[in-house]
Amino acid sequence: MIEIHNIHKAFGDKKVLDGVSGVFETGKTNLLLGASGTGKSVLLKCIVGLIKPDLGSVTFDGTYFTNNKLDIRQEIRRKIGMLFQGSALFDSMTVEENVEFPLRMLTEMSKEERRERVDFCLRRVGLEGANKKMSSEISGGMKKRVGIARAIAPNCTYLFCDEPNSGLDPQTALKIDELIKEITEEYNITTIIVTHDMNSVIEIGDKIFFLYEGKKLWEGNRDEIMDTDIKELNDFIFANRLMRDAKKVEEEEREEEREEEERRHESENHTPASPEEAVETQEEPPIRKPEGPAATTQPGNHKA
Amino acid sequence: MLQSFGKYLLFMQSLFTRKESTRILFGRTIDEAILIGINSILIVAIVSTFIGAVTCVQVAYNLDNAFIPRSTIGFMVREMTILELAPTITSIVLAGKVGSSIAGGLGTMQITEQVDALEVMGINSASYLVLPKVVAAILVFPMLVILAMFLSILGGYLAGTLSGELTPQEYITGIRDQFIPYNIVFALIKSVVFAFLISSISSFTGYHTSGGALEVGAASTAAVTNSVIAILIGDFVLAYVLL
Repeated sequence: MIEIHNIHKAFGDKKVLDGVSGVFETGKTNLLLGASGTGKSVLLKCIVGLIKPDLGSVTFDGTYFTNNKLDIRQEIRRKIGMLFQGSALFDSMTVEENVEFPLRMLTEMSKEERRERVDFCLRRVGLEGANKKMSSEISGGMKKRVGIARAIAPNCTYLFCDEPNSGLDPQTALKIDELIKEITEEYNITTIIVTHDMNSVIEIGDKIFFLYEGKKLWEGNRDEIMDTDIKELNDFIFANRLMRDAKKVEEEEREEEREEEERRHESENHTPASPEEAVETQEEPPIRKPEGPAATTQPGNHKA
Repeated sequence: MLQSFGKYLLFMQSLFTRKESTRILFGRTIDEAILIGINSILIVAIVSTFIGAVTCVQVAYNLDNAFIPRSTIGFMVREMTILELAPTITSIVLAGKVGSSIAGGLGTMQITEQVDALEVMGINSASYLVLPKVVAAILVFPMLVILAMFLSILGGYLAGTLSGELTPQEYITGIRDQFIPYNIVFALIKSVVFAFLISSISSFTGYHTSGGALEVGAASTAAVTNSVIAILIGDFVLAYVLL
């Protein structure tokens, strides 16, 4: 679990983060969502220690990280795996060497053990056989996979992903998202993903933090995000036509359900006008009572 | 200016804090020595041979006097080569080749977040990336300067004898005349100092690159310019102090 408390960061006069706090849970994919320039990547870099926050603290599983002793920070950093926006593979190395690098630098593994671990990690991300390729010879999606393999190679406890599916086609992006989620659950690690992709939110957003102008405006899960009444969040979510249409269809369905409920309610409370009508009504099969007030329209039950 | 110098000093200090294991740094230093040394042999050979040849021809042109022995040409080629041309011109050439390569490489690693990737892993990126370059340059530059000295004198010999300005015997007599071994030591000291200046200034410039491809190009140019200026200042200071 990673806790951040009251993180502030400014570059010159420009305030980028303004008192962001939150808890990122273990075994879940935690998403930092927001438009470009809202401070998501800066927050991520503050958490991993690449940028020092002006104020505030970061705690990894109870161990204070920010401003702590160098050796303690180093110890925590060695448990961190990070997938960068541009993958950040070492371009002078092959795929295999890239994945092996943290093992060579951070562990006492023998050459044979390292080779086995590299093969395992590459198999895990679906890249068996790509060992000897240079990073310049592989596609964007493959680079992301190598980046993930490199991040998980030394058995990381915390996985950070900075826009893992940027620049990828929707299908590949989905596969990368699924891979990250699978790895998070399989190894029970704390994963934080910076994204502005609503597909990622819908697919893998166990816990979502919405940032707006350096502040955390909203926190919740993927089921709740569609039903918020925060204007900035709604503007962000429904910025594209696809999401607006989906919302419209959902609202129409809810409207129909509501009308249906009203009709049922009316017929239930309807008083017969004459004895004949009363007889007719008795002969009809009894109307089934609804199980709860608008059960399917409750916030949080929506499946996108 | 002072602020940049302060940053440079802090950067140099950071190379020696939380270093990686000696085994890793040794391997990296050997790799860098190959990159800096082996890949620079050809350019150093070409430049120094022609500099020796041109020096010989120009000295012969200026010493066209019956009272001055022809062997003086060989003597002057040797003195100029050992004291100045081999260490300084070689270093300036290497500032262009090695300096721009170091700055460009580190700058690219910086803007593509490869440096950040090292830092996130808990590796001191400055120490891991830069220290081996500096050590390798300090080891390799003197060797290249010795090669440059030899080839410059050989170039002078070939130019002088083939053009008929002096006989082989006169040239050999000249280069053996009043030889001061300390001059070799002085040249090697210069090469070590220049190696440090070129590798550290270029690394500093490249490491602090931010932005995109344009900034990487600008960093390479700045690295070469600053290194050459540092070499010339260092050359003067060393000559003043050590001679």
